[in-house]
Amino acid sequence: MDEFEDDAGVIKRFMFVNRKAPHGTIYALESLEVVLISAAFDQDVSLAFLDDGVYQLRKDQDPAAVDMKNFSRTYRALEGYDIEKLYVCKDSLAERGLTEEDLVVDVEVLDRAAMARTMAEQDVVLSF
Amino acid sequence: MKFGILVNEGPYQHQAADSAYLFAKAALEMGHEVPRVFFYMDGVNNANKLQEPQQDDRNVVQRWSELAESHEVDLVVCVAAALRRGIKDEILAPGFRISGLGQLVEIGVEADRLVTFGD
Repeated sequence: MDEFEDDAGVIKRFMFVNRKAPHGTIYALESLEVVLISAAFDQDVSLAFLDDGVYQLRKDQDPAAVDMKNFSRTYRALEGYDIEKLYVCKDSLAERGLTEEDLVVDVEVLDRAAMARTMAEQDVVLSF
Repeated sequence: MKFGILVNEGPYQHQAADSAYLFAKAALEMGHEVPRVFFYMDGVNNANKLQEPQQDDRNVVQRWSELAESHEVDLVVCVAAALRRGIKDEILAPGFRISGLGQLVEIGVEADRLVTFGD
């Protein structure tokens, strides 16, 4: 659309905030779909995982028993899309008995205050 | 100010669809711009013209159409989310169009604020 053409070249900081478990609802999967599309728009993209959202990155998922696709390996492919900034809430991990070693990708673990500061630096925050 | 709006929940089941509409309407009445509302996840059901709420209830779908007509708001439904849920061109209410997720990223770039309504 014409009205958007003037913005070619604008780079904003987009953060996708993931707060829900990978299965049981579609939020995690459809969030990941937007993330992958955003990679094509040359924006500064980061992902944050909070609350039950930390389970999205858990190693050794096998959702076959509930007839769902295991899309967790897609998180490992994000690097290939130049999406390298993945932030995980330290407290959310600890509350669920998880550590960084339980996750499928390398992440930056932030406490809640640091996460809040990182969010405050964003231009666009999309929460799923 | 220029607002982009993202609606992630369907009508009637969840307050988010109503809140998004009321927000958009209030913003426009205050003189702000709302160039685009993007419907994703179950939010795509906001576009289904086959819905027939009871007569004493609000018509969520119709009032989006009216907003689009009176204020030239671009109502965009995500194609991937829509196809999953059986929302196709032939059942789109007036003012809605089906397009890709790129339209969401684009309004995120274009707008001063992108406001999400969802669970």
